Amino acid sequence: MAHQIIATSRSASGIPTGRLAVWWVVGSEIVIFGGLIAAYLLNRFLHGSWAQSAGHTSTLIGGINTFWLLTSSFFVVLAHAASEKRDIRTTRKFLWLTILLGGFFMLFKTYEYAVKIEGGYTLFTSNFWSFYYTATGLHGFHVLCGMVIMAIIAERDIKQGKNWHRVENIGIYWHFVDIVWIFLFPLLYIAK
Amino acid sequence: MAGHKHPSYFKIYIILLILFVISVAGPEIADIFHIEGATRLILILVTAFGIAIVKAYYVLAYFMHLKFEKIYAPYILLSMVALMAVFFFGVAIDIMKDDGHHWEKTYEEPLVAPGESGHHEDAGHAAEVTAHH
Amino acid sequence: MAEVATQTAHQDGHHDHEEPSFWSKYVFSTDHKIIGFQYLFTGLAMAIIGGFFSYVFRMQLAFPGSSVPFYGVVSPAAYNMLITNHGTIMIFWVAMPVLIAALGNFLIPLMIGCDDMVFPKLNRLSYQIFLLSTIVLIASFFVPQGGFGGAWTSYTPLSAKAEYNGTPFGAPLWLLAVTLEIVAFLIGGINFITTTMNARAKGMKLYDIPMVVWMIVIASILFMASVGPLVAGAVMLFFDQVLGTSFFDPAAGGDPVLWQHLFWFFGHPEVYVVLLPAMGVVAEIMCTFARKKLFGYKMILYSSVGLGILSFFVWAHHQFISGVDPRAAYLFTTTTLLISIPVAIMLFAFIATLWGGSIKFNTPMLFAMAFLGEFLIGGVTGIWLGSSGVDVYLHDTYFVLAHFHYTFVPIAVIAVFAAIYYWFPKMFGRMMNDTWGKIHFWGTIIPFNGIFLPLFVLGASGQHRRIYNFQNFPDLASENFQDLRIFATGSLIVLILFQIPFFVNFIVSLKRGEKASRNPWKSNTLEWVAPSPPPHGNFGDELPVVYRGPYEYSVEDREEDYWPQNQPPQAAARS
Repeated sequence: MAHQIIATSRSASGIPTGRLAVWWVVGSEIVIFGGLIAAYLLNRFLHGSWAQSAGHTSTLIGGINTFWLLTSSFFVVLAHAASEKRDIRTTRKFLWLTILLGGFFMLFKTYEYAVKIEGGYTLFTSNFWSFYYTATGLHGFHVLCGMVIMAIIAERDIKQGKNWHRVENIGIYWHFVDIVWIFLFPLLYIAK
Repeated sequence: MAGHKHPSYFKIYIILLILFVISVAGPEIADIFHIEGATRLILILVTAFGIAIVKAYYVLAYFMHLKFEKIYAPYILLSMVALMAVFFFGVAIDIMKDDGHHWEKTYEEPLVAPGESGHHEDAGHAAEVTAHH
Repeated sequence: MAEVATQTAHQDGHHDHEEPSFWSKYVFSTDHKIIGFQYLFTGLAMAIIGGFFSYVFRMQLAFPGSSVPFYGVVSPAAYNMLITNHGTIMIFWVAMPVLIAALGNFLIPLMIGCDDMVFPKLNRLSYQIFLLSTIVLIASFFVPQGGFGGAWTSYTPLSAKAEYNGTPFGAPLWLLAVTLEIVAFLIGGINFITTTMNARAKGMKLYDIPMVVWMIVIASILFMASVGPLVAGAVMLFFDQVLGTSFFDPAAGGDPVLWQHLFWFFGHPEVYVVLLPAMGVVAEIMCTFARKKLFGYKMILYSSVGLGILSFFVWAHHQFISGVDPRAAYLFTTTTLLISIPVAIMLFAFIATLWGGSIKFNTPMLFAMAFLGEFLIGGVTGIWLGSSGVDVYLHDTYFVLAHFHYTFVPIAVIAVFAAIYYWFPKMFGRMMNDTWGKIHFWGTIIPFNGIFLPLFVLGASGQHRRIYNFQNFPDLASENFQDLRIFATGSLIVLILFQIPFFVNFIVSLKRGEKASRNPWKSNTLEWVAPSPPPHGNFGDELPVVYRGPYEYSVEDREEDYWPQNQPPQAAARS
């Protein structure tokens, strides 16, 4: 479109429009994951046996995955720092490193699922496992979405040196996905 | 964001890693030293969930720069979290009961140990357990 | 002067790109007005479907077992499907798209004085997802074994297993449609909130924002904050339906009441999500046609925020007979009664706005005033239902049904008509016929009361609301009751017939209505500064600057009785 929208450049609240929208996205995601986690917690407190079920999740793989996500969060913040210096090469490097770590996360997740299903713990074994697969699956879906969007930003925007603010915005989303994992990890893996 | 002083990202990253190790170690220590009862509960709550909150704080404040953001942003997120607390406690008075005037939850969770159940027994297994009641 | 500027801007625009084709101009447009119209017309089309459904099942209730004209004999499964989808359509596909999406899209950028939404492409995506959800919903009526029939609340375990509800394809499709619709409004809502927070005209402070914009934004925030658990719940229910998990199946350790909580935590704020924009519409119209400043602008604003916060604490009053702990019922009764206070403040503020005004009774004003009266009946009957003791008796009777129709019809029908009659000149550049509008008004209001007043009587007599054929229950089917049911059905047909003048008026006015000037109602808000209809970019080259609040009517020492928000103060000194 030739017509340049003036609305997008305004910032009456003092927060750039894109970032403000990402905060609202994060807010709406908090209630989505919050509802799921609340439903899980209610069941977990009610059924004492769920703690034993949680003992069968693989803390090792969960821990490694936490490490991938924490590190990727670090990389994406470095990408943001580089984007503020308008450094195309470094920004793209760290964005792709983040995507790579997200890929590691998804690989380990797939392996973990395979091992669990092999061991007899499927989506239908009990409600604990239903919650386990639903929560981690929904989270994995968010990781996957984040990876795709990040790849688009790295290749379409940053490569041409435009839309630099998008690095920060996707970073905020990515950190949020990381935080969800920070809470899912103790809920499903380490507390037993 | 320019003009604000924040600690180096690497430092935050190291802090997060240390916290992560503590949070994994806590419940393991409880297992290794056979800590049971209230002590175990407190240990797990503090190491697993207390640390998760601290970790989330570090990510939010420094990686997401919430500490340097306009005041609306943290309020948006906080109010959403507060709402979830409202939801949790409002539902808990209802859901977290085992029985009421005319009903009782009799269902027992099937505990499947690895290898004990067959590979292809999934939905059928759960249904079978239910049928015993 | 401004006219000339707009013209040149328009011509300049044409230099840059070719004359847009029909598709890029009306279907894949990113212009907020076009997207608003898309929502409006989809919503009106769905209203026709939802209205037709209500006609079919009301005919079944009045003349059970006989063949309904234009439909045929209604089977029990079809009856369930009709009432379920009547509710779903009217709330998710009429009230939401028209009141929030259509009005929000059309009005927010115009009223805050900018040229578009801040995310035009996201806005288009939001409509496309909404359109997809509409198609999925309509498709769900025609799949084998028919559409979903478990009520719009979709209570588990009925909705969770095909062996219970008998619709192995209809139920998941229905759920998918609702989820897609929610996603569409989440995207749209973020757009509305961000636009209002960031893209306001120069000089427009928080208290200079017109009430309807505030209300749409607060409603969007409420929607976003309340819908999360339902999205999680929808995923869980979808797994239950399609894959066979047992999140909500008590036989396998799930909890069916959990779904009710997930649903009503969203479902009750949802009522206020659609109520608030309707209140905003009424506020705008009242001020314009009473030529009075809005009474208690800040009070109304704070009340609506308070209403929003309180609305998260009342949801379990829908579940008083689902086994909620009596102590919890006591709590939720209290909060439910409390929530009538902010609503009452708003209604009284509107009445006070009328006090001493020079009121002009044209069609939008009539609809706006009818909103107050009818909504009051809905609100007052809610006090009975909110009290847990009385609710045990009245729950799931026609009393409940009449109560919520006395709230939802004023919101989704009366306020929507008020908005259409009021903003039609701005939307399409022509005036609607006022005489036919008044005929439509009386033909809507009188039969509306004719439908639902008898239902209060039926409900208070203990008539259950989910019965397919009362003749199957001899002790319920006394002659007097049947007469009341026939009366209600007759009123419904009259009401539907009186919508024909509206649609004819609408279409004829589109083509041949009297040309509207920029500001036919002599109103203050910024949308009336733009030409009618506003061109792409709304205000031309120079976006308006705001100097005062939106409701400066009948200010002393001024020649004209209105004072547009964008008029510089020097102009006042001269006049």
